[in-house]
Amino acid sequence: MEVLKIATAGSVDDGKSTLIGRLLYDTKSMTDDKLEAIERTSKQKGYDYLDFSLATDGLVAEREQGITIDVAHIYFSTPTKSYIIADTPGHVEYTRNMVTGASTSQASIILIDARKGVIEQTHRHFFINNLLRVKDVIVAINKMDLVDFSEEMYNNIKTDFEELMEKRDYQDQNITFIPVSALKGDNVVNRSEHTPWYKGQTLLEHLEELDQKDVYNTGTPRFPVQYVIRPKTEDFHDFRGFAGKVYGGELSVGDEVVVLPSMTRSKIKDIYFYNKEYQTAPRRSSVTITLEDEVNVSRGDMLVKVDDLPTMDKQLTATVSWMDSDNFTPGGKYVLQHGVNKVLAKVDAIEHKINPDYSGIEENVTSLQMNDIAKVHLRLNKPIFYDRFKDHRTNGSFIIIDSRTNTTAGVGFIE
Amino acid sequence: MSTLTEEIKKPETLNDVERPSANALEHEAIYIMREVAAQFEKPVLLFSGGKDSITLVRLAQKAFWPAKIPFPLMHIDTGHNFPETIEFRDRLVEELGVELIVRNVQDSINEGKVVEETGKYASRNMLQTTTLLDAIEEFKFDACIGGARRDEEKARAKERIFSVRDDFGQWDEKNQRPELFDMLNGEIEIGQNVRVFPISNWTELDVWSYIQKEGIEIPSIYFAHKRDTFLRDGLIWSAEDDVVFRADDEQVEERMVRFRTVGDMSCTAAVESYADTIDKVVAEIRDSRISERGARIDDKRSEAAMEKRKQQGYF
Repeated sequence: MEVLKIATAGSVDDGKSTLIGRLLYDTKSMTDDKLEAIERTSKQKGYDYLDFSLATDGLVAEREQGITIDVAHIYFSTPTKSYIIADTPGHVEYTRNMVTGASTSQASIILIDARKGVIEQTHRHFFINNLLRVKDVIVAINKMDLVDFSEEMYNNIKTDFEELMEKRDYQDQNITFIPVSALKGDNVVNRSEHTPWYKGQTLLEHLEELDQKDVYNTGTPRFPVQYVIRPKTEDFHDFRGFAGKVYGGELSVGDEVVVLPSMTRSKIKDIYFYNKEYQTAPRRSSVTITLEDEVNVSRGDMLVKVDDLPTMDKQLTATVSWMDSDNFTPGGKYVLQHGVNKVLAKVDAIEHKINPDYSGIEENVTSLQMNDIAKVHLRLNKPIFYDRFKDHRTNGSFIIIDSRTNTTAGVGFIE
Repeated sequence: MSTLTEEIKKPETLNDVERPSANALEHEAIYIMREVAAQFEKPVLLFSGGKDSITLVRLAQKAFWPAKIPFPLMHIDTGHNFPETIEFRDRLVEELGVELIVRNVQDSINEGKVVEETGKYASRNMLQTTTLLDAIEEFKFDACIGGARRDEEKARAKERIFSVRDDFGQWDEKNQRPELFDMLNGEIEIGQNVRVFPISNWTELDVWSYIQKEGIEIPSIYFAHKRDTFLRDGLIWSAEDDVVFRADDEQVEERMVRFRTVGDMSCTAAVESYADTIDKVVAEIRDSRISERGARIDDKRSEAAMEKRKQQGYF
């Protein structure tokens, strides 16, 4: 079954949890025992409505404070698709959570309160979706019931948002506007009687039809080797299989490939998925590849097509989203993980900080704090084989690991 | 956080060109299995004999074929397992030719490390944690692969795919590493270990559909059968073994039941069902209005039962 991952960001006031709850409820994805638990707790708290945030805010601290502090995953399905929602908090201090949620999603829902219109938070959500190159953005204009389902209000908000769209650099992004009332259920799963002027699809109808065309298939296959399989059994005495996942395009038996960094050439002999052989490994399949020649290949090496080499360099410029409580400073040394490959990195310079709401840049910045986004220059101890993030989402991104704490301290998008 | 940025498309039939199956979740799980084998020195797969860990074993087989699974399986045996599960476990291990480690909760009780619970709701489920943590220390395991899924329970929905535990096996839920794109950071200090959840993003239905599609064998208690049972708190309990405490006024009655999860017998209730084949089970799950853990008394102890257990080192 097809799986669609969706990121949502917003605060409690936007009705985000209500929207998710509505999707679960109207698609009958919420089981009776979970629903009863929500009813019971809502009642205890004295609410006269069902507080669906109780289903998504899984930690004690979150329920106590009535906030979402982490990325939560919510699952629901229809007969055609399985959906995974990465639900993140929307305030500026949770920028890192939003970046994390968007990194694994193909689509994103931005919620706007119809009474408030486009606000600073909307700018930030849209900025992050652009930075991460999320293909489909759905702008759900919520609480339409509180503005009498006014077409004029809807159109005004749409016009404001369209102004924002001119500032983005990822122009190929699909953007769809939908007027909804999550609380009352209008245009979420079922069509609303209150918006005869709206001719578009409901939120779920739109999601069901998404992803017809695989835009991340750039036709540039990259195969980072994760693990070398050498069974050394009688039947497979000389078997040397390179296990990994195919990114960006597909690879086929007979393709001429180069092994990086050794630059050795060979041809793909076989492609295995478990115990069966295949002619072609599509994008995002986890396969095992054997080569015609005996080539020395180890974890972190990469197989690419001969006429399609990535950049091999020890210096790079990237936009970094910082996620750690310890600051990022010029001169700092880190471990850089690019796919499955790890190298050492030194911060050469911070060029400028980028305000994550389209309000411009800040120069002369001496360090980055948690949730800052900036353009930086890094120097590596060994070359990595990369593409620009705008050309290749996987091979153009990396994480930064603080070797003192081992924590994942930041993420970078290569220019 | 899950880590697939993009999905595998359904295979187009290009004349006679056959393509690998289009199960995006399966490819994600295989990727995770391989990261474990590559990033850690002493991984282990925690095997309970339940459907989720049986699915993990199949995924590990696929990840490393034609080589054997490059890590042992470990069963933390509460001593209260359904006999069918143990028979099944031993047969599977023999077929795969992998090493099986068994550590017993009974030993932890005998050594005085834990005290058996008493009363109506007595269970060894909590006691498992001590036995597990001791075994991790004994074998110096640095990664434990488990079959937990985010859809099971709301605290689990927050768990990472690589979830770091400290020297005491504790989960620091407020200080988890972000997981971006496909990149899994397995860097740890000596004494720490990582719990790895390759089927984090699967739902109960995904697991059952996979078992159906792959034709994976599972213990018979997952299918409808006649069993002596009694009712308590609206849940159906097995009366066939003396593991579950039964009061004199709790009437034994034969019912057609099956189990949706196979945990410790003392905390796993049955559901009434006539689904005696995998196709019927999948159909039943698809229409079910009760979640899988709805029949697990260990989660009903409090709103935060799972989070508390996880903080203490439960998997």
